[in-house]
Amino acid sequence: MDSIPILKMGEFLLVSIQVDMHDRLAMTLQDDLTERIVKTHARGVLIDISSLEIVDSFIGRMLANIAAMSRILDAQTVVVGMRPAVAITLVELGMPLDGVRTALNVERGMELLHAALADGAATTGEDPGAPAD
Amino acid sequence: MLPLTEKMPLASTDDIVQVRQAVRAWAVELRFSLVDQTKIVTAASELARNTVIYGGGGTVELERLESGGRRGLRLTFEDHGPGIADVEQAMKDGYTSGSGLGLGLGGARRLSNEFEIRSKPGEGTVVRIARWRFP
Repeated sequence: MDSIPILKMGEFLLVSIQVDMHDRLAMTLQDDLTERIVKTHARGVLIDISSLEIVDSFIGRMLANIAAMSRILDAQTVVVGMRPAVAITLVELGMPLDGVRTALNVERGMELLHAALADGAATTGEDPGAPAD
Repeated sequence: MLPLTEKMPLASTDDIVQVRQAVRAWAVELRFSLVDQTKIVTAASELARNTVIYGGGGTVELERLESGGRRGLRLTFEDHGPGIADVEQAMKDGYTSGSGLGLGLGGARRLSNEFEIRSKPGEGTVVRIARWRFP
């Protein structure tokens, strides 16, 4: 069965969806990504959907699931490159992708992931000036 | 040139992709705007999935419309599955009898210019939508 390649770059996993997603492929990606996060200890996932001509409720739910699962596994997800017509349609469909971080393009998405990672480091007790009791 | 109608099977989830591609091709041929293409393809995807998953499979018919100088595309999804007992309830966002989000029917209606549903428990469901190209 075909699958969507997942690339590792430093602490991040990168996925670029280049095909019209059938339902099984979407489910496979969800499972593969979760597994890879655990295996590689990735801290962030970037999903490029600039090739997707539509996002229906099934694909939207997959994106929301990936974001939720990766959050539980201590990784941030950002979805980048959504086409304007897709954004308009998703809102009208009733699926504004709450809980999914988005960015305009890959570059902005990477900035967002780096910023989230830096933020996380600053608030998880690595501050040497914090009271010790 | 498009035929007047085309009928496609909806037996498995793989057929949903075929239907999306056919609806896209028709919408392009009818010179729908990119946003209108995206809306009707997305609506078709939702309804095709309903037909496969809840209807146990069925068909979709694509139909070219022409009326008073306007052109449009009508899609009729038909299954002989269990049917829907309370159509009004099923139209509400969040309603689902399966594992879906329940956006299928309500979402497809919002993405269409015309929407019609007929369903009888034990006999099946017919959903018909149309989208017009506004010059």
